[in-house]
Amino acid sequence: MSAATATAAKSASAPGAANPRGPRHSIMSRSAAMLIMGVFTLYFLTPIWWLLVSSTKTGGQITGTAPLWFTLESVPTFLANLGNLFTYSDGVFGRWLLNSALYAGLGALLGTVIAAMCGYALAKYEFRGREAIFNIVLSGVLVPATALALPLFLIFSEVKLTNTLWAVFLPSLVSPFGVYLARIYAAASVPTELLEAARLDGSSEVRTFFTVSTRLMAPALVTIFLFQFVAIWNNFFLPLIMLRDQVLFPVTLGLYAWNSQISQIPELRVLVIVGALVSILPLIGTFLALQRFWSSGLGAGSVK
Amino acid sequence: MMKVTRSTTAPAPALGAPKTRKAKTTGAQRRAVFLFVAPFGVLFLAFYAVPIIFAVVQSLLTVERKGTFGPPRQVFGGFVQYQQVFQNTEFWESVGRVLLFGAVQVPVMLGLALLFALLLDSPLLRGKKFFRLAFFAPYAVPGVIAAIMWGFLYSPSLSPFDAVTSEVNFLSAELVLWAIANIVTWVYVGYNMLIIYSSLLAIPTEIYEAARLDGASNLQIAWRIKIPLVVPAIILTGVFSIIGTLQLLAEPQTLRSFSSAISSTFTPNLAVYTTASVPNYNLAAAFSVVLALATFVLSFVFLKATQRKVSQ
Repeated sequence: MSAATATAAKSASAPGAANPRGPRHSIMSRSAAMLIMGVFTLYFLTPIWWLLVSSTKTGGQITGTAPLWFTLESVPTFLANLGNLFTYSDGVFGRWLLNSALYAGLGALLGTVIAAMCGYALAKYEFRGREAIFNIVLSGVLVPATALALPLFLIFSEVKLTNTLWAVFLPSLVSPFGVYLARIYAAASVPTELLEAARLDGSSEVRTFFTVSTRLMAPALVTIFLFQFVAIWNNFFLPLIMLRDQVLFPVTLGLYAWNSQISQIPELRVLVIVGALVSILPLIGTFLALQRFWSSGLGAGSVK
Repeated sequence: MMKVTRSTTAPAPALGAPKTRKAKTTGAQRRAVFLFVAPFGVLFLAFYAVPIIFAVVQSLLTVERKGTFGPPRQVFGGFVQYQQVFQNTEFWESVGRVLLFGAVQVPVMLGLALLFALLLDSPLLRGKKFFRLAFFAPYAVPGVIAAIMWGFLYSPSLSPFDAVTSEVNFLSAELVLWAIANIVTWVYVGYNMLIIYSSLLAIPTEIYEAARLDGASNLQIAWRIKIPLVVPAIILTGVFSIIGTLQLLAEPQTLRSFSSAISSTFTPNLAVYTTASVPNYNLAAAFSVVLALATFVLSFVFLKATQRKVSQ
């Protein structure tokens, strides 16, 4: 009894320490837990593994060889596939990657700054109409983005801007959810006393925001950036309905277009597979690089 | 108290302003608020508010021709388009299809996400970091790409699992909806798991210690302490999942090159796209309005219903 109390007290005082109650769990429940997680690891990773392996094969080998393992000529075949991918149709695939980087990268960056400013103002200033603005933004979160795609198309065709970069880029800048997150974070992480002190030091409001407050809000800003980056990178309906010229396509729409031509042009199959692999690498890279931030910031939206 | 007096009186002599304001916000602050809010405000108006109004206006118009070959002209048609929406059986079939999809897929996905989050938070696992990354990795795969990958995996002639796919045709009319459900689940379980997991991490460990002293088992702690405390996170993921389900487009549209069982009006958004390509913009706009309203109402009702349950 006293031993149990002692260990409990010890672990309560040092929450980060190694778990002292380990031995109490039966081997049964440990192996059951590991088994569940192991089986689902296979479920989550096998398709990606298959994509990786298949991208090292020629069209005939994809069906003719062991599907989940490499062939002897994997490396040269993979390089040849990559070469074909980036030269096919005047190297349009490279253009698609650049477009996606522009739409998602620059769009999310600007969108994050815009959302952060608005959320910050809603959290740290008192002004008339503040609650009204926040409620409008909140209802914006619940409006499905795809419901906007068609009216956006109609509006952009009124001003003759469909089938341009702007038609996809500009609407992507708006993230009501980003404003919502920014407000919650700014309220929690930027002390009002600090802003008062900055005012006394003669710092302007805008300068205080960019030099002091953004630093305190950094984890939230990374989270907002990632959310928006993924949302734009994955957005399908807007480019599908806006763009006709394939030079303007983001990589997802481009691969979709190739994939729907496979029945007429079978050699596209290999390019679609290699292209799919190449197109998911930037996202996985971004996530790994920013992992420290999003793993702590993701839960913020649910904090009341 | 000190701070308030200082901030209101200090700027006055410095600026030499003729009158001292009692209000908390100064002119400079008001200008700053405007600068902060205006960019988002303008973009929100242009690309959220105006399109919604525009869609509503379009949905109230109808195309009229003078004679059979006269030039088409848009005139006010009242609720003509909405009448057509309600008579359009294909559209309502597509709504029914995604509702059925959501009723099965959302609970399964969130159930799995909760299970994984609880396991990650339990002392039972080793290699938590690996599992967290492995389960989250599919989230980096866009819907179109995920559908292409799974399309290959499902198709009887290309699949590495041909022992299964030659027996069960996942791309048949009966199963293709669940084939799509599997793709969506594959992509989003890890994401939802992380949201729930990070709110589990926010619970102070002292609570568990107290429960353990009272003799609570791991299962009881999970069921009676952890799950009730992460309900807000589950509600958030639930709302996003509902919105996502009604918006289904990329996965079914991409799978159409693998399966003939997916019609051009398989989901509401596909119906919008198909109708807009005709082109019948007025009817497509009415579809969009109905869909947006339905999404809004459904997620709002879900929020309210779960909030009531929580407060009880």
